[in-house]
Amino acid sequence: MTLATARKRSAKPAPRAGGSGRPVDHGAWFLVLPALIPILVLSVGPLLYGIALAFTDAQSGRTEPTQWVGALNFQDLLHDTLFWESFRIGLVWAVGVTVPQFVLALGLALLLNEELRLRWLARALAIIPWAMPEVVVGIMWRLVYNPDAGILNETIRDLGLGDGRDWLSGLASALPAVIVVGIWAGMPQTTVALLAGLQNTPRELHEAAAMDGAGAWRRFRTVTWPALKPVALAITALNFIWNFNSFALVYVLTQGGPGGRTRLPMLFAYEEAFRYGQFGYAAAMGCVMVAVISVILAVHLVGRLRGGEDA
Amino acid sequence: MRTSRRARAGQYAALLAYLVFLAFPFLWLVSTAFKPARELASLHPTWLPQDPTLDNFRQAFDEQPLLRAALNSLVAALGAAVIAVLIATPMAYVMARHRTRLAKAATGWVVVSQAFPFVLVIIPLFLVLKNLHLINSVAGLVMVYVVWALPFALWMLVGYVRAVPTEMEEAAAVDGAGKVRTLVSITAPLLAPGIVATALFAFITAWNEFFFALVLLKTPEKQTLPVVLTHFLGAEGVADLGPLAAAAFLATIPSLVVFALIQKRITGGMLAGAVKS
Repeated sequence: MTLATARKRSAKPAPRAGGSGRPVDHGAWFLVLPALIPILVLSVGPLLYGIALAFTDAQSGRTEPTQWVGALNFQDLLHDTLFWESFRIGLVWAVGVTVPQFVLALGLALLLNEELRLRWLARALAIIPWAMPEVVVGIMWRLVYNPDAGILNETIRDLGLGDGRDWLSGLASALPAVIVVGIWAGMPQTTVALLAGLQNTPRELHEAAAMDGAGAWRRFRTVTWPALKPVALAITALNFIWNFNSFALVYVLTQGGPGGRTRLPMLFAYEEAFRYGQFGYAAAMGCVMVAVISVILAVHLVGRLRGGEDA
Repeated sequence: MRTSRRARAGQYAALLAYLVFLAFPFLWLVSTAFKPARELASLHPTWLPQDPTLDNFRQAFDEQPLLRAALNSLVAALGAAVIAVLIATPMAYVMARHRTRLAKAATGWVVVSQAFPFVLVIIPLFLVLKNLHLINSVAGLVMVYVVWALPFALWMLVGYVRAVPTEMEEAAAVDGAGKVRTLVSITAPLLAPGIVATALFAFITAWNEFFFALVLLKTPEKQTLPVVLTHFLGAEGVADLGPLAAAAFLATIPSLVVFALIQKRITGGMLAGAVKS
C-alpha cells in the first residue's frame, strides 16, 4: 500500500502527538479521506441543504418547481401555536427526563462505587435498557401500562390503591407516563458516565476527609461533587439535547397522543414532513429547534461554569 | 472508610429498589411473551405464566415477516458496522496523533453532530436518496447508518489510539515507514480489540435504529425489525399482546448478547475518549 508516500517522507520522523499546527501530510490525507468524503456528502451537505430548504416552499410529490420564499416558513412558525405547544412539551419532557434521571443515576453510581454484594447484578441489569432497541422499550412499557392486562394496574389493585387507569391515554397522565419510560431507558448511560467520574476521584482525598471526621454528606459535597462536576455538566447537557430531539420511544408509546399531549417537536416535524409532505416547513422547525436549544445550552453552560468559579 | 450497619442496610435497600426498577419491565415482557391467550385476556394478570406456551412466537412469525425483517436488519447493521470502522479507524488515528486544524474540525463535528435534530438531515437525505433511487433500499439505509455511526466510532477509536504508546510508531517512522504503513502494520494490530468493540457497538446501534428506517423503507419486505415490530401495534394501538411481546423479546436478544460481550470495552472506550480529549 502506498509505498511511494512512505518513501517520500522516509527521513522525517513522525510528528509527535500534540505537535500543534503542523500541516497534515499526504499520508494523513490518504487516511482521512475515506471518512471525510462520506461525512461531507451525507452529513454536512444534507445539513446545509436542510437549512436551505427551510427558506423554500419544498413539498413532497409536487410538480411545480420549488421556490425561495425567504423567511416565510419562519413567520408561519411564529404563529403556529401547535408547534410552540409541542416545543413546550419537548422542553417539559427533556427537563422531566434529564433531571430525575441524573439524580437517580447519581444515586446508583454512588451505590455501585461501594463494596456491595449485589453490585454485579445491578451492573448486569443496567445493560438491559441500554442494549434494547427503543422500539422494544416502548412496546415493553405499553405492556406494563396496559390498563387491563398490565402489571402496573394489577399491582395498584393488589395494593388496594384503586383500579389504576389507562396511563398512556389519559390527558393528564400521558406525559408523566412517557417521562418515566424516558428516565428508565437512559439511566444506564448516565450511571456509567457518573461511575467513571467517581472512579477518577482520588480515594485518598475521601479517606483524609473521613479521618477529619467528615460525614457522608460532607464528604460528598466537599470531595466527590467538585471532582464530578465537569462530567455531570457534560452528561446533563448531552442528555438534554438527546431527549429534546428524541423520537422513537414516544412514537411507539403514544404516537404523540392523546390529543397531542406527548407530541414532541420531532414527532411534529416528522408528521409535517412525511405525512403532509411539507418539507420546507418541517426543515424550518428543525432550524428553530437547533437555534433555541443552542441558546438554552449556552446559557446553561456559561452560567454553571461562572457559578463554579464563584464557589 | 467505615460504614455503619444502619447505613449499609440503607444502601442495600436502595440497591434493591434500583434492581426492581431496572428489571421489572423486562421480566414483564418475557412473562407476557410466554403466556397463552387465555391468561392474557384475564383481568387479573399474574407475574409468571401459569401455563407457559410458545404459541405467541409461532403467531408472531405468522402475522409479520419477522425473518425477512431480521435479515434486513442484519444486513443493514453488519454493513454499517464494517464500513464505518474501516473508514473511521484511519481518520481516528490522524485525529489522535495530530492536533491539526483538520483534527480539531473533526472533533468539533463529532460534538455538533450530536446536537442536530435528525429531521434537519433526513429531509435532504430523503430527497438525495430518492434521486439516486435508493429509497426503500437497504443499501441506501446502510449509507445513512455509516455516516450516522461515524461520530461515536471516531470518538471511541480516538480514545483507543491514544491508549497505544507512540514509541513503536516512532521507531517505525525512523525505519522509514510512512503513516499508512505504520498504521496498518504497527498500530492496527494493537488496536484490534478496540476496533472490534467499536464495530459491535455500531452494529447494535444500527440494529436498534428506528427513525431513519421508518422514513426510508416503505414496503414490508424491505423494512428492518424495529419498523416491522410497530406493525404489531395496529392502527388504533390495539395490539395482540402475546405475539407483540414475543416478537419484541426476540428482537432484543441479539443486542443483549452482543452488548453483554463488549460492555466493559464500550464503557472503557467511551471513558478513554471522554477523559483524554
